[in-house]
Amino acid sequence: MTASRPIRVLVAKPGLDGHDRGAKVVAAALRDAGMEVVYTGLHQTPEMIATAAVQEDVDVVGLSILSGAHMTLFPRVLQLLREQGRDDVLITGGGIIPQDDMDALHLQGVGKLFGPGTSTSELVRYIQDWFAQRQRQEA
Amino acid sequence: MTANGVAADRLLADFTARKPAALARAISIVENHRPGCDRLLAALHGRTGRARRIGITGPPGAGKSTLATQLVRAYRSQGLTVGVVAVDPTSTFTGGALLGDRIRMEQVALDPGVYIRSLATRGALGGLSATTREIADVMDAYGFDRVLIETVGVGQSELEVARTADSCVVVLVPESGDAIQTLKAGLMEIADIFVVNKADRPGADRLRSELKVMVQMRSSRVRRGHDESRAPRSGFAAHAHPSDAAGPPSLGDGSAWLPPVLTAAAADGTGVPELLSALDAHHEYLSASGVLVERRRARLRARVVDVVDLRVRSRLWQDPDTEAWLDTQLAALESGGTTPFDVADELLSRSARLLTGEADDLHR
Repeated sequence: MTASRPIRVLVAKPGLDGHDRGAKVVAAALRDAGMEVVYTGLHQTPEMIATAAVQEDVDVVGLSILSGAHMTLFPRVLQLLREQGRDDVLITGGGIIPQDDMDALHLQGVGKLFGPGTSTSELVRYIQDWFAQRQRQEA
Repeated sequence: MTANGVAADRLLADFTARKPAALARAISIVENHRPGCDRLLAALHGRTGRARRIGITGPPGAGKSTLATQLVRAYRSQGLTVGVVAVDPTSTFTGGALLGDRIRMEQVALDPGVYIRSLATRGALGGLSATTREIADVMDAYGFDRVLIETVGVGQSELEVARTADSCVVVLVPESGDAIQTLKAGLMEIADIFVVNKADRPGADRLRSELKVMVQMRSSRVRRGHDESRAPRSGFAAHAHPSDAAGPPSLGDGSAWLPPVLTAAAADGTGVPELLSALDAHHEYLSASGVLVERRRARLRARVVDVVDLRVRSRLWQDPDTEAWLDTQLAALESGGTTPFDVADELLSRSARLLTGEADDLHR
């Protein structure tokens, strides 16, 4: 029923650390995979990220977090999106995140998270698979 | 009622209750021509026509997003709500797009009276996406007082914004090259207001005075009644600048709009109050001269033409019988027994029933 359309992804860099190389590499890789990537830049608050995700009607939010604040930031973004009725958004991301924390976040509803050294094609495939599955469910 | 119909009604109710997620979803439906798109636009049609639509165009890096942000802030301080459509190019190679205009709009990102939507061109060549006009309609219907439409960085032919906005601001920088480049690019015809941005840089004054001369020359030609830009009007009625369709301003009328050439340094807000006044003045001119009504009428007319084009195409080519019939003609075409023109005529005449869309409308 739904015509094929580009996957829309918000790539954001929350928190205080200023290392956005990774986020830019990911944004470029997703674009090269045919996605429409909204890139919002550095130092985004969870409120800014959720607002942008709602306004841009994205399918996926990708957060890059290197500051260690992932246990705060991911759940907060998730909560804000739920409050706006957007519990259908896939929240994924990457950074320096211990496996235990990844598991804990996953239980809360965050998608797969990727550590250092992940190839961008792995992330691309994960998002594409998730999107295809959701399209099938909607159809 | 179908599941789609229920979802559509809920969306419309949420939209009317001004929930941002509903606005966002409505825009996606329009952008992707999802089922229910036509119904949604039809339901919103009566609510449009209130917002002032302001186009912002210019070469890449001229400061369009920064200037748009300053405009948003200024309108917000007047208590007006603003919707922003920011268009960035889709890569021809991958179909993907990097939409980065929000980076420079951070200052207004959390304001509940501001809605920003990034669009990719998706192959459209006019500097906007194919559905930008309808998306501006959706924002208008949502109730924004102002709708800002920011184009991709334009080169020399992306002038679609003139058909989409009421007022068109052309932003240039000293690095854009001399005024001849502007003339070449066709920006002269679409500009209602020029802004020379980054005016603290060398060359800004010269660009400004060159532009003023160009504007003066053009306006005196219009007054003398042989402006060459009006020549192709009959052939390009829908494409010409809507103000050109308003009839030539008569000699000494005093009512013709002379595009002002402003200077600004958008990064620190210099020149923004002057731009606001110029936009207000232009709107007054549009209203008083009747051009606004004409522009909007032309937009509606073009919209009907677009819808007809789309429907004819989809009804004809999504019909398996038509496709099959066409295949049966190929042998005669190959042997020279008939021509593509005869086949086309026959195809159209046997498709009359199809074109009225009797079976088709239920799905829309």
